[in-house]
Amino acid sequence: MPFIPHTNEELRQMLDVIGVDNIEQLFDEIPEELRCGELRGLGSGLWEQKITRLMQDKAREDGQPLCFIGAGAYDHHIPAAVWQLASRGEYYTAYTPYQAEASQGTLQLLYEYQSMMTELMAMDVSNASLYDGASALAEAVLMAVRANRKSKSRRILMPASVHPHYRATVRTLVKNQGIELVEIPYDPGTGQTDLHALAQQTGQDFAALVIPQPNFFGILEDVDALTEWARVNSALSIALVNPLAMAVLSPPGEWSEQGADICCGDGQPLGAPLSSGGPYFGFLCSKQKLVRQMPGRIIGRTVDLDGKEGFALTLQAREQHIRRSKATSNICTNQGLMVTTATIHMSLMGADGLASVAASCHDNLLLLVEKLTSLGEIEPLFSGPVFHESVLRLPLEPKRALRTLAAHNILGGYDLAAHYPELGNALLVCATESRNEADMEKYRRKLEQVLTSRQGACATMTKFD
Amino acid sequence: MLIFEHSRPGRRAQAQAPAARSDLSGIPEQFQRKCKPRLPEVSEMQAVRHYTRLSQKNFSIDTQFYPLGSCTMKYNPRACNSLAMLPGLISRHPLAPDSHSQGFLSTMYELQEILKEVTGMSAVSLAPMAGAQGEFAGIAMIRAYHDAQGDTQRTEILVPDAAHGTNPATAVMCGYQAREIPSKADGDVDMEALEAALGPQTAGIMLTNPSTLGVFERRIKEIADRVHEAGGLLYYDGANLNAILGRVRPGDMGFDVIHMNLHKTFSTPHGGGGPGAGPVGVSKRLQPFLPIPMAGTDGHDYHWLSEEQCPQSIGRLSAFAGNAGILLRAYVYAKMLGAEGMQRVADYSTLNANYMLKRLMDAGFTAAYPERRATHEFIITLKNEARELGVTAMDFAKRLLDYGMHAPTTYFPLLVSECFLIEPTETEAKESLDAFIDAMIKIREEARADAEQVRGAPYSLPVRRLDDVRAARELDLRWQPEEGQT
Repeated sequence: MPFIPHTNEELRQMLDVIGVDNIEQLFDEIPEELRCGELRGLGSGLWEQKITRLMQDKAREDGQPLCFIGAGAYDHHIPAAVWQLASRGEYYTAYTPYQAEASQGTLQLLYEYQSMMTELMAMDVSNASLYDGASALAEAVLMAVRANRKSKSRRILMPASVHPHYRATVRTLVKNQGIELVEIPYDPGTGQTDLHALAQQTGQDFAALVIPQPNFFGILEDVDALTEWARVNSALSIALVNPLAMAVLSPPGEWSEQGADICCGDGQPLGAPLSSGGPYFGFLCSKQKLVRQMPGRIIGRTVDLDGKEGFALTLQAREQHIRRSKATSNICTNQGLMVTTATIHMSLMGADGLASVAASCHDNLLLLVEKLTSLGEIEPLFSGPVFHESVLRLPLEPKRALRTLAAHNILGGYDLAAHYPELGNALLVCATESRNEADMEKYRRKLEQVLTSRQGACATMTKFD
Repeated sequence: MLIFEHSRPGRRAQAQAPAARSDLSGIPEQFQRKCKPRLPEVSEMQAVRHYTRLSQKNFSIDTQFYPLGSCTMKYNPRACNSLAMLPGLISRHPLAPDSHSQGFLSTMYELQEILKEVTGMSAVSLAPMAGAQGEFAGIAMIRAYHDAQGDTQRTEILVPDAAHGTNPATAVMCGYQAREIPSKADGDVDMEALEAALGPQTAGIMLTNPSTLGVFERRIKEIADRVHEAGGLLYYDGANLNAILGRVRPGDMGFDVIHMNLHKTFSTPHGGGGPGAGPVGVSKRLQPFLPIPMAGTDGHDYHWLSEEQCPQSIGRLSAFAGNAGILLRAYVYAKMLGAEGMQRVADYSTLNANYMLKRLMDAGFTAAYPERRATHEFIITLKNEARELGVTAMDFAKRLLDYGMHAPTTYFPLLVSECFLIEPTETEAKESLDAFIDAMIKIREEARADAEQVRGAPYSLPVRRLDDVRAARELDLRWQPEEGQT
């Protein structure tokens, strides 16, 4: 009986106290016809060695390829201390800090997290996290619709340069509330949101404009112009940012004259492993005046009976366990453990550490682009400035190149064909600080072989024509 | 002391960042940050020491009995954590091609199959990232189903008064109105009130069974029939699945859609409030609407089902595949338990709860539903103690902390006054349960001798009771440097 401590003697004693003969009787209120027989297909339980072997085999199957995919999940170094600390049982196996006196560790850590995020984003307030970046964007959209006092509109301007999966997630989460997403195209030259197309929306009523930085193509948007457009048009501005990039890029609170109203994104670059897409965490910050419209947990500093400093959940009147159907969101948990790792991560890195990692990513991306474009026939598709990702135009369908590269254990990037067919043979590549020059050289050499063999294949075909 | 207060300008954990090499030459100045964020500047050891010390201010399953009702705070096996973090799994990019994903995808597929079997549903999607998101997906599917039938007059979701707050909040997020159904004195749903509420406007009903009152809804089949006759669908909130694992299956009770809280029933960590995982299971008729992505197989290889293969799906709920790492942990747990282990979960969690209930009643405490069997949890009401001794459920809760036990859930469900919702779980040994009961008896004695003593608890924790009113009125939500400092 894995994880169940009862001895036969104790079982007997407990049944005697209850006054039944066996455990079966404890289920006597459940109608007989509903009982299920033995569960099928589950097999017997495995002891720890067997499950270890099974999982090792599975892990080995997936290998550890050389990864140049970004597209919303980034392979960064995580200090060893981060997960060693977060795996401490006191963090790992605690629950939502409802009993504040017995949860000061988690509560103070969350308060420190809120402080760090507001610093990094240059915003007034932060909540204690949401599920992931995409669902955080959906919550930001809902928050903007509730909070915009100048507009009753339920329409949101959503650039096509926002991650396609984020746009899809937002659609799922807001469509039943009658909220409409209006797409703004990108400039095919720069890869930035098309300001002329946006200008055509001037004078119309929108609840908010979403502003990605960097955008899905890795391109830096003209965030000042976009934020200013939103302000002039009485739309709230929702910044969607990579938190690591904010160590070196102008943060949402400093965009244009008054800053963005709401900012959100995925915290994965701050200490979460790739782990097939999760768990990561979503962050959400805003201006002070919007704090009562925020969804999710918020921690406040206060004092105890003796006047000693302490931390507690606050503004709970926004939340589902108090307000029920009138809550700002149905969210209950946040991503506590991932916020624990992010807080420790940011403490270890500091502003300078994050900035040097961000800069290193940027350098590596430029080097990667240089190496790959040196092959000829490959060029950056957009002219806008980049952070650590770039879209390259290949002379063949990316999926063909990617298949061959994968056979050599290189994941060469993310094929944009499914989401942006108009871009032709477009491949989104990424380099973080975890890739070195030898990795990039390996990629370049293999891609060169792909190009050469294709030319060979073409030449052969011409010959036989 | 905050981490910021350990900070000194110019101090760094040097080993944790590459030497700066770049002047960010590719980034025009207009895009660059002008002012450095004031993050902590500490050494590696200072950070380690600070966060180790902070952790010691928490109660947790690893250190204390944690009978928090409705939260299933059971032991989180260590193997689940270490195996989910094996190199090939932890470093797998979410957009990696199938050629480098067979280990992960096969695990997801097998987990879907396991969850189908234990719940008796036709299909499962692992996409939702938490229970509340699973609820959202469930109600969104009910809506998509009615819409697909051209049945657009259904505007209401029925919710029992004992339900979790997430239920009515979810109904609203899906564009429905939530209508409350009362419970009877014995804890079951009031059938007459239900009959009266059902009609052509009923989209569905959200039920937790066993309910949050800690009792099994005996007339569930009848409820299912009545709701189905009215054209509505039944949603099962899986918060209390631990109580019936391997004993009864929601699919067999007549539910159309369910969510599971893997961080409860499948023992993935609560992590100080997440991450969770809230997979959804459905009956045949809701299958086309399941959220993506889902793992599929051609009998040999595994792949994600494409959007083209799921044209009626309610869509995506996250950027990638939900809380994948949590799903891996749940898989390991399920494999370690096997079929027999699953049933033992229900057996021994129910045994522990009934044992505690009986002993507390014998000691003179008042059960909210004394005629009923406890399920995996039960409610006692401390209204007599509050009236006679002037000591509330909250006072008992705080004093329990002094005795080294986490308090049960207090003041939920809302319809039982001065209540404790107590869930011991199957992993707790008899001596923990006895210690809790002894503490309850002791606290009542203390209250008789000196109520003020109990009202002032806790005394032995890092802080005493906190001023929540001040926390909400004088909002202090972030550290700010003192005036004059940078």
